[in-house]
Amino acid sequence: MFAAIRLAETHPELSILIVEKANIVRSGCLAAGVNALNAYITDGHTPDDYVEYALNDANGIARRDLLSTMSERLNAVTRKIESLGLVILKDADGNYIARGARNIKINGENIKPLLAAAVKSFSNVEVLNHVNVVDLMLNGSTVIGAWGFDVREPTIYRLRAKATLMATGGAAGLYRPNHPGFSRHVMWYCPFNTGAGYAMGIRAGAEMTTFEMRFIALRCKDTIAPTGTLAQGAGAAQINARGERYQHRYGNTTSERLHAVVSENLNGRGPCALETIGITVEQEKALEHAYLNMAPAQTLKWLETKMPPSIANVEIEGSEPYVVGGHTASGYWIDRKRRTTLRGLYAAGDVAGSCPQKYVTGAFAEGEIAAESIAEYVAAHDLLPLDRFNAVEEVERLFGNPRGLYSTDELEEAMQQSMDEYAGGIRSNYRYTDAQLQTATAHIDRLERLSEGLRAESMYDLLKIYELRERLTVCRVLIEHLKARRETRWHCFAEHADYPDRDPTFDCFINSRLVDGKVEIILRRLEDDGIEEH
Amino acid sequence: MSISIDRSKCVGCGACVEVCPGNLLVLENKCARIRDVRDCWGCTACVKACRRQAIAYYLAADLGGAGTKLYALDEKRTLTWRLEFPDGSQQSIVVDKTQSNQY
Repeated sequence: MFAAIRLAETHPELSILIVEKANIVRSGCLAAGVNALNAYITDGHTPDDYVEYALNDANGIARRDLLSTMSERLNAVTRKIESLGLVILKDADGNYIARGARNIKINGENIKPLLAAAVKSFSNVEVLNHVNVVDLMLNGSTVIGAWGFDVREPTIYRLRAKATLMATGGAAGLYRPNHPGFSRHVMWYCPFNTGAGYAMGIRAGAEMTTFEMRFIALRCKDTIAPTGTLAQGAGAAQINARGERYQHRYGNTTSERLHAVVSENLNGRGPCALETIGITVEQEKALEHAYLNMAPAQTLKWLETKMPPSIANVEIEGSEPYVVGGHTASGYWIDRKRRTTLRGLYAAGDVAGSCPQKYVTGAFAEGEIAAESIAEYVAAHDLLPLDRFNAVEEVERLFGNPRGLYSTDELEEAMQQSMDEYAGGIRSNYRYTDAQLQTATAHIDRLERLSEGLRAESMYDLLKIYELRERLTVCRVLIEHLKARRETRWHCFAEHADYPDRDPTFDCFINSRLVDGKVEIILRRLEDDGIEEH
Repeated sequence: MSISIDRSKCVGCGACVEVCPGNLLVLENKCARIRDVRDCWGCTACVKACRRQAIAYYLAADLGGAGTKLYALDEKRTLTWRLEFPDGSQQSIVVDKTQSNQY
């Protein structure tokens, strides 16, 4: 939406279309709100500081040029979202109040409605809500739009465009979640973010990067609510069951904070918690409000169990792994203009690779950069004709399949079980071996074959089938990336039990491309910022 | 986490159907229904959208839930959360939308 706003403001002559699977007012990972703006250049810091922080957190596997072009816009986009109505905490002089070295405090409950309202104010922006985009449409290797279907009505959309921006979320639901039964969708990342944006690019032959750098969130146990508000906002330290503060023994990168909890549990010193006992009544009330603005379950839990944070420490646990380029570095291989390797296709936010720690404001910055690049591109290019359009036949086949043994739900559960057991899920404390990854590949191949026979009886069934297939595509690429990085660059995120140490041989990007149905791995130097001129 | 819909309060306006990020809610005989309670993420978009407070949010048993229902009343300047405990007692928390989180 931020990209559309930028393009609409600067180029009123252009016609812009946003396509959304749900409704832009409350869609995706920010549907409930957001707890802070975590990418901001606070007083006394520079964009270069942010670049160094992100590079260090990624143990060097990130692109300096992408981080730099993002970081230099962080404060401008923050002012922009404030002008759209976001409430940001300020001091008496009107300066933003920092929560930490790189973040500021907000009331982010309504961030999506604010963006949606801004979008609706432009006459040259059209929104298609409740339309699920399935695949890109091509002329050769040039992207000329995408096709999708209405999730409620039997309508297929063929959406032609001079330029296309991929700005979907990342991929959740690949692995068995913390609560696989009734609360199977209680997870850190939005369970409706299925990796569609990645899958579309993979199928169209785009080059992808760093899928193996999974993201695993450290969360409040059960509610899977954010821990940063307690740790950074209220200053709560991690402690083990003996009351010891242990973080200093493990380091303080994002993956090391998670590794610390996993290790303390494995060594019999769990459960771990954030030390909140003793906070004041005022702090407790402020926390209740803060969680209502982003994760109401946590406030509900405190109040209904009558175990508020002032009298009970808040237990923490790791989530299942995700593929999400807004936090780690997985996504499309892009240049600094946010062009992908496919002409006419741009990427920003969670699907844009090699630019980690971007969070909300970094995604906005990338959206702006992509919008400006798109404006240049469409001014110089005509809309090409479509090669072929097989979507109707494909959809008719899924409606025509006979009722089989397996349901979409069953195959999804089988996929999550296979990934959990053989590709480093919660069950194995996020570790995996080559032998296990081979088994994971066999399972994903089997499930992909079985998914071909699934039958749709409604448009919602069709949505579920395509979501499963998107996840299976992402799983397949993810497993190949995990196999290719034969080292342990990051604890938990990519912890290869056959290669438990860091190896300088892998001071490189692991990239991939689907060629004739096979995932081909491409190793690129860390200095590589090149996409050949389109 | 999931939601519970009070059919006696629902007027079938469809506001919740429109905002669910998972397309999980449908209207059936002029009343909202969730396709599968296990698929709710717990974002509370529908709870806030319901002007009749017909949708309650609750913690599932596998998350330590004890039967309390959470409702929301979304108004221009405030978001009022109302907890309805199993013993019938209630508690309200008013969040001023113009105020930032302190943490």
